[in-house]
Amino acid sequence: MKSIVALILGGLFGGGLYYAGMTNPSKILNFLDLAGQWDPSLVFVMGGGIPVAALGYFLLMRRQKPVLFNDIQVPKFGDIDRPLVLGSAIFGIGWGIAGMCPGPAFAAVLLEPQAILGYLIALLLGSLLYERIHRA
Amino acid sequence: MTEFTPIWSLSGGILIGLSAAGAFFLFGRVIGMTGIVARTLNFDFGEANWRVMFLIGLIGTPLLLSLIAPSPHGFEAPPLAALIIGGFLVGYGSRVGSGCTSGHGICGMARLSKRSIVAVCVFMFTAFVTVFVTRHVLGVGA
Repeated sequence: MKSIVALILGGLFGGGLYYAGMTNPSKILNFLDLAGQWDPSLVFVMGGGIPVAALGYFLLMRRQKPVLFNDIQVPKFGDIDRPLVLGSAIFGIGWGIAGMCPGPAFAAVLLEPQAILGYLIALLLGSLLYERIHRA
Repeated sequence: MTEFTPIWSLSGGILIGLSAAGAFFLFGRVIGMTGIVARTLNFDFGEANWRVMFLIGLIGTPLLLSLIAPSPHGFEAPPLAALIIGGFLVGYGSRVGSGCTSGHGICGMARLSKRSIVAVCVFMFTAFVTVFVTRHVLGVGA
């Protein structure tokens, strides 16, 4: 049951990214280009996504536990620390160079494998570098 | 240039929100891609493989949709070198910063998490600056 639900949730995520235009890197880059031909579409993606996600979280908070698992595993509301700021800054630079973040890259990889595979391999290497440095 | 697509993007955003809402309510989990990638890299395949199944749905659905009901957005990517450099920085930075556009941008913002709001402001800022530099200072951006 969990597997089928997870497959459907992944499908909703992938389909949403695809129809939102987020699988096209130039659409991201044009959103990030305030000094160029600005494409504000990404604002609408977040404007559609965040309130609906918030509703799901609100409904979760009214229950003792989620419907299909016995515990809740969401990140703690921690403090702002150096890694958060530094890591996000590096992430943003990479996002601005490639016009891709992880979700859309997975969503686009079967559509445009010759362009996206290199990105995804580099992404996994960057993630592995983190494990080497910080988890040794 | 790309066309401004408010209806498509709002609709797609609502689908993304439904995915995140479903994961909150049904699983009590967040659909942060950074965490999903990290756990998959570590072969952490517990919890009925839900993260692997999520990835399969995420990867397969756009291809399926492109065959039966294609989106109007097209595809235009920067050169491979930019994709590789960017991908590496995204992979590393998202791990250091504990999240990316899905985890902080959608799930964290939905919970009004202070950490996520700061993360989004920081990566939006550096991304805006990066694109300004590549396109308007160096003139190399796609």
